[in-house]
Amino acid sequence: MRNQRQMHRPEENTAIEFRNVSYTLPNGCELLRGINLQIKRGETLVLLGRSGSGKTTTLKLINALLKPTSGVILVNGRTLNTWDVVRLRRTMGYVIQEIGLFPHLTIDKNIGLVPALENWPAERTRERIGELLEMVGLEPPMLARYPRELSGGQRQRVGVARALAADPPILLMDEPFGALDLLTRAELQREFLFLQQRLRKTVVFVTHDIRAALTLGTRIALMESGRIVALLTTQEFLNSDEPLVRQYVEALNGLPATHPGRG
Amino acid sequence: MSLWQFIIENHSEVAQLTLEHLWLVGASMLLAIFVGVPLGIVITRVPSLNRPVLGTANVIQTIPSLALFGFLLPAPWIGARADRLAILALTLYALLPLIRNTYTGIKNIDPAIIEAGRGMGLTDRELLFKVELPLSLNVIIAGVRVATVISVGLATIAAAIGAGGLGEYIFRGLAMVNNSVILAGAIPAALMALIADLGLGWIEKSLRAW
Repeated sequence: MRNQRQMHRPEENTAIEFRNVSYTLPNGCELLRGINLQIKRGETLVLLGRSGSGKTTTLKLINALLKPTSGVILVNGRTLNTWDVVRLRRTMGYVIQEIGLFPHLTIDKNIGLVPALENWPAERTRERIGELLEMVGLEPPMLARYPRELSGGQRQRVGVARALAADPPILLMDEPFGALDLLTRAELQREFLFLQQRLRKTVVFVTHDIRAALTLGTRIALMESGRIVALLTTQEFLNSDEPLVRQYVEALNGLPATHPGRG
Repeated sequence: MSLWQFIIENHSEVAQLTLEHLWLVGASMLLAIFVGVPLGIVITRVPSLNRPVLGTANVIQTIPSLALFGFLLPAPWIGARADRLAILALTLYALLPLIRNTYTGIKNIDPAIIEAGRGMGLTDRELLFKVELPLSLNVIIAGVRVATVISVGLATIAAAIGAGGLGEYIFRGLAMVNNSVILAGAIPAALMALIADLGLGWIEKSLRAW
C-alpha cells in the first residue's frame, strides 16, 4: 500500500491514464492506435467521434472488458494487470444504452445488485436505493416494477442510479442517452449536469453527438479511425482550427462557419 | 371384456404399473437434468466442446430404443436389473433436448445484458446464477417438458426388457390380440404425458414474471 501511494504521487490528479495503447483484433484489424490520454479526477471527458472511430473500444479498455494489445492503462496510478478485475469494475459505474438493465429483476433489485453482491446489510441498501431514486428523479412506486414496464427515459434514469449504487469514483457512460427522444434527452442531460456538479465523479462519456459533448464535457477527445485527433476543452474545441474539429462545429451550426469563433 | 371392466378388475395392477412407469420417467429425468444442464452450461463456456457434445447427444437420439436397451444389457451393475437399464437409456435420450435448450437459452440472451453484468463487476459465477440461468430458465424448462413427454412414451418400450411400467399391458395386449388390454396401458401413459406437458408448460409460463 505504501508503495502504491508513493508511486502515483506525481499524478495524484489523474484518475485514468492511457500510455501508448493500441488494440488490434485477432484478425489483424487495428481498432485503436497509439492512444495517449490522461483523465483527471472529477472531470467529464467526452470521447467524441463517428461510429467505428474507437470510442466504445477505448471505454471498454478502461473496465477491462477488452485487453489492450500493446501499451499500458493505469487506474488510480496502478496498471490494470495489477487490479483484480472484479474490484476494478466495481470501482466504476457502467451505463450503456437502455438495454443494459436486467429484464428479470425489478427496479430495486437492478439498482441494489452490486450492493447485494458486496454484502451490504439490507437496511443500508434500502436507504441507498431511496437516496439514488431521489437523485435521479424517480418515484418509489417504480421500485416494484420490471424494466419493460418503464419508459425509455425512466429506464435510463434507473441505469444511472444502478451505476451510482455503490458510490464508485469513476463513471463510464456509453451513449447513455442515445436512444431517447430529443426532449427526454435534453432533460436527462440537464439533470446529469446538475448531478455531476454535486457528485464530482470522474466521468468518461462516449457520444457521437457534438451537442451532448459540448453540454456535458469539460474536455473533448475527438476520435477518428482509432486515434485521438484532438484533445481540447470545450471552449478550445469551439475555437479550434483543426480541420476535423471545424467540421464538427460547422455541423453544429448547420452552416460552414466563416469565423473561427462563436457568433 | 371392455376397457373399463378390465381397469376396474385390475385396478391394483394398473396402479402398480403406473407407479413403475412414473419411477422410470422421474428417475431418468432427474438424472438427465443433473447431467444435461451442466453440460449445456459447459459448452457455452468452452466453444470447442460444443460440436462433440451436441453431436454425441444427437447420435444417441438416432439409436432405435430397442437396440439401445440391447446394447446396454451387457453393462455391469446396470445390466443386472432391468429398471436400471431402462432408466439409463431414458436418461441418454433425454440429454439432447436438455443440453440443447440450456445452450440456446443462455446463448440467446442479449449480449448487451451480459456485458452490462460483466461491466458491473459480476464474477463468472454471479453472472451465471444471477443473470444467465434466471434468464434462460423458461427455455430450459421447455427442454425438460419435451424430454419428459418423449420419455413417457419411450418408457413403454422398457417393458420389452422386463423393466415394468405401463408397457407391460401394451405388450401383453398385443400378444393376446386384445385392444382393451393395450388401451389399459396406452391411455394412462397418454394421460401421464398430457399432465406432464400441461404442468411443465404452466411452470414454464409462471417462471416468466417479467
